[in-house]
Amino acid sequence: MTVMIEKMKKKTRTNNLINYAIVIAAFAVIQVMKSTGNLSSLLNGLLIPVCSYIILAVSLNLVVGISGELSLGHAGFMSVGAFASAFFSKSMLDAIPFVPLRFGLAIVIGAAAAGVIGVLIGIPVLRLRGDYLAIVTLAFGEIIKNVITIFYIGIDGNGIHVSMKDKMSLHLEEGGNVILNGPQGISGTPKNATFLVGVLLVLITLFIVQNLINSRDGRAIMSIRDNRIAAESIGLNVTKYKLMAFTVSAALAGVAGALYAHNLSSLVASKFDFNLSILALVFVVLGGIGSIRGSIIAAVVLTALPEMLRFLSDYRMLIYAIVLIVMMLLNWSPKALELRERYLGRFFKKTAKEGK
Amino acid sequence: MKKFTKVTSMAMAAAMVASMLAVPAAAEEAAFKIGGIGPLTGAAAIYGNSALNAVQMAVDEVNAAGGINGYQVEFNAQDDEHDAEKSVNAYNTLKDWGMQMLVGTVTTTPCIAVAYECANDNLFALTPSASSPEVTAAGAGNVYQLCFTDPAQGTASAQYIGENMPEITKVAVLYNSSDAYSTGIYEKFVEEAEAQAFEVVETQTFTEDSNTDFSAQIQACMDAGAELVFLPFYYTEASIVLKQANEKEFAPVWFGVDGMDGILGVEGFDTSLAEGVMLLTPFAADADDEATKAFVAEFEEKFGDTPTQFAADGYDCVYALKAALEEAGATPDMSASDIADALKDAFTKIEVTGLTGTMTWNENCEVSKTPQAVVIKDGAYVAY
Repeated sequence: MTVMIEKMKKKTRTNNLINYAIVIAAFAVIQVMKSTGNLSSLLNGLLIPVCSYIILAVSLNLVVGISGELSLGHAGFMSVGAFASAFFSKSMLDAIPFVPLRFGLAIVIGAAAAGVIGVLIGIPVLRLRGDYLAIVTLAFGEIIKNVITIFYIGIDGNGIHVSMKDKMSLHLEEGGNVILNGPQGISGTPKNATFLVGVLLVLITLFIVQNLINSRDGRAIMSIRDNRIAAESIGLNVTKYKLMAFTVSAALAGVAGALYAHNLSSLVASKFDFNLSILALVFVVLGGIGSIRGSIIAAVVLTALPEMLRFLSDYRMLIYAIVLIVMMLLNWSPKALELRERYLGRFFKKTAKEGK
Repeated sequence: MKKFTKVTSMAMAAAMVASMLAVPAAAEEAAFKIGGIGPLTGAAAIYGNSALNAVQMAVDEVNAAGGINGYQVEFNAQDDEHDAEKSVNAYNTLKDWGMQMLVGTVTTTPCIAVAYECANDNLFALTPSASSPEVTAAGAGNVYQLCFTDPAQGTASAQYIGENMPEITKVAVLYNSSDAYSTGIYEKFVEEAEAQAFEVVETQTFTEDSNTDFSAQIQACMDAGAELVFLPFYYTEASIVLKQANEKEFAPVWFGVDGMDGILGVEGFDTSLAEGVMLLTPFAADADDEATKAFVAEFEEKFGDTPTQFAADGYDCVYALKAALEEAGATPDMSASDIADALKDAFTKIEVTGLTGTMTWNENCEVSKTPQAVVIKDGAYVAY
C-alpha cells in the first residue's frame, strides 16, 4: 500500500516537473530565436497575450476541472484584475517611476481585487450547483463588465473624482487626468509587460495550482467534486473548500488580466465579455478537463491558430471554427480514441497502457 | 492513451511554431508596401470593409496610372475584428510582410493601441477614420488623421446650429457613450453650446450593447420638449432612431455628423423618414463634381453599394500618401523608418484635394478641411 502511494506521489511529482520544464524550454527556444533574429513580429507580439491566456486557462481549470463547477464568468475576474492594475499603474505613473516595483504592485493589486470579488461572488453563488451555477456566473461576468462601463474616474490636484454620467461631470481642474473613461476604458497604460515576466507569472501560477491540487486541501476539493455526500459525511466543510478553489482561481485570472492590460495601451471592458469566458472554457475543455498541461497547450494553440490562418483572409474564422471542431473530435471522441489506439497503439504500447 | 493525445498536441504546437518561423522570402520587386487594418468581420465590419475596399480601389487606380514616383504599390488588408489585441496582431503580421506605411486602423479603440506600436517602431500611419485626439496623442507624431477630429465636428455643429437656426432654443443630444467618436463630438458640442443661443435640455446615451431600442431615450427627448435632436453617431443606429421616433410621432429637426452619411442606403429603411435630416459632412455621395461621380460609379460597380464617408476617407488616404511620397521623393528601397521620417516631414507641407475636400495637415497630425451642411430632400442630399 505505502509503496503504491509512494509510486503515485512520484508520478505526480514528475508530471508537475514536466509542466515546468515545458514552459522553461519554450521560453529558452523563444529566447534563442529572438537572439538569432528568427522570431517574426507576429509571434513576438503574441508571446505576452499567450502567457496571459495560459494563466487564464490554468486558473479556470482549477474551478472546472478540480472543483468540478462550471463557471462561465471567468472573463469578469480577468477584467477586474486588468482594470484594477491598469488603474493603479496609470495613476502612479509619476509617483512610482521605478517600473519593476510599480508593475509588481500592479499585479498584486490586480490579483487581490479579483480575489476579493471572487470571494464576494463565490459566497452566494457556490450554494448553487451545475447548470444553475453556470448561469449565475455568466450573469456576474456580465454585471462586472457593465459596472466597469458606467464609471468615469479622474484624478487632479484635489484627489479622485468619480462620476457615472460623463467625463465633463468629473469637473477636473486644469492638468487633471481622466483615468477610467467609461465605456472607452483606460488608454495609455504603460507597456511594462515583457515575455520574461509573463513566463515567470505562468510558472508561479503552475506552482500555486499544482501544489494546491496535490495538497490536503486539494484532495478535499476533489473529493467534494467526486462525491459531495461522502465528503460531507467525513466532516469536510464543503463551502470552505469550494470557495477556496474559486477564490484562488479568480485571483489568478486577475493576474492574467494585469499582464494583459500592461501589454496593450487601450483597454475596454467590452473585451471581457461572454465570448472570452467561453474561449477560456474552450481552452480547458480542449486541453482536457483537469489536465493542467492540456490547458497550457490548448491556450497556445487556440491563440495562435486564428493568427496563423490570416492568409485565408475572408475564410479565416470559418476555417478556425472547423479546425476547432475537428480538434475536439480527434482528441476526445471515443471512436477517434479507439481508431488511434488500433493503428498507432503499437508504437505507443507502453505509454498507452500506462495512460489507461 | 492520454500520453498519445499529449504527443499529438505537442506535435501540432511544434508544427505551428515552425510555420510561424517561416519568414516571408524577400521578393524584391521594388514596390511600396502599404498595410491596411480594419474590422473586416464582426459587428463593425461595415466600416472596415467600406474603407479598405476603397483603399484597394485607389491603389489599383494609382498603379494603373503609373504608380507613385514610378513605383507600383502593393496593398495588404488585415482584419482586426474591432479589437485592440487583434489589431496589434494584424499590425505585426503586416510588419512581417514588409509594410512600409499603414492606412489604418479604421476604428478608434484599436487605433490607439496600434498608434503606440507605430510610435515605437517609427512607422508612418494615416488613419482614414479614427477621429479621437487620443489617436494622434498615442501616435506621438507618427499617426496622422484624414478624418475630422471629433472636437472640430462637435464645435462646428454647435456653431452652425447657433448661427443658422435662430428659431431653435431647446436641443437634445443622444450619443453612443461606448464610442470614442460619438463621445468626443458630444463633449465639444456641449462645451460650445454654452456660448450659443440655444440650450441643451436633455442628454441621453446608449452603448454598443444596447443599440437596438431607443424608445426610452426618444421619450425623454420628447418630454424635454426638444426642437432639435443632435445625433453624433453612425447611420445604422440613426436609422433605427428615426424609425422609432416616427412611431412615436416625434418630429424635431434631426441634426447629424459625418457618420450619418449612408443613411439613405440602409437596407429596409424608409428614406422618407430621413426627410429634413441635416448633417455636416465632408463627403456626400450625391455631390455633383466629376471626381465624386466617377468614384461613386466605380465603387457601386465593384462592390454593389453606395460608398459612405468611410470609403471616401479610405480613398483619399491613398492619394494623400501619394502626394506626400512624391513631395518627399521617397523610393521603395528606403526602410520603413526612413519613409516615416520623410512622410512626417512632407505631410505638413502638402495640400491634397480629394473627395472629402481640400486638406492640409498641422503639426499635431490633424487634418483641416471644411465640412459642408447638407439636408436630405426627396431622398437625396442637397446643400443647405
